Amino acid sequence: MTWTAVADVVSAICLIGGAFLAFAAGVGVLRFPDLLSRMHAGTKPQVLGLVLVLIGLALRLRSGGAVWALVLVAVFQMLTAPVAAQMVGRAGYRTGKIRDDLLVVDELTADMERATEQLTDAPAADPPTT
Amino acid sequence: MTAVIIVCGVLLTVGATLAIIRVEKGPSMLDRTVGLDIVVTTMIAAIALYAAIQRRADVVPILVVLSMVGFVGSVTIARFASVEPVGEGRVRTREEIAAQEAERIAAEDEAEEARRLGRRESADERHDGEVR
Repeated sequence: MTWTAVADVVSAICLIGGAFLAFAAGVGVLRFPDLLSRMHAGTKPQVLGLVLVLIGLALRLRSGGAVWALVLVAVFQMLTAPVAAQMVGRAGYRTGKIRDDLLVVDELTADMERATEQLTDAPAADPPTT
Repeated sequence: MTAVIIVCGVLLTVGATLAIIRVEKGPSMLDRTVGLDIVVTTMIAAIALYAAIQRRADVVPILVVLSMVGFVGSVTIARFASVEPVGEGRVRTREEIAAQEAERIAAEDEAEEARRLGRRESADERHDGEVR
């Protein structure tokens, strides 16, 4: 068994793994009940699935320049996916699209309540000096 | 290799189809955004699969561009379109559209009428002024 045959087999396994994660994301995003769990399902192929597919492609191409471009793709995806996820989650929280009954831990609501309390208490706490 | 191609193609197609069903169902703009993100990722995976099958390295720049541009849509929607008026999250029925259309046309006619009356009045005033 030559080196290229082994690389082809590993590449096929990686491609199938990535495609399976994309399929799992489709199932999850259709069946999960609210925005945050759908995001949880949707981020699986965005990083892990993409990295698997890119490894598969790199093992199949086996040329230096193309592989560096694929590393670039993975880096860009890792930089942009958290930005998009953070913006979507923040907008979803602020517009009330998150189901409270499904959350296990909700630290943001408690923090925001404390912050508003401090804001409302602060002027009363300072005695007027003039 | 043929079996791998078929399995990957079927998995990617079904995944993208399910994501598109979620995009159609809504219920909010952000859910659609998440669904469209998955469609873009699936598209990247499909192009990578094509490049792997054909051993074509010249397709790789398309992957770079898609991975850079893919997040712009979801960030834009989350920033500017996440607050949606009540009732816009679903497709309107035919009757609702007809009622809204009739309302709009009535309002336009009224505005047109008011404009015409206003012009006539102002023309009369101007005429009076010249006479005097």
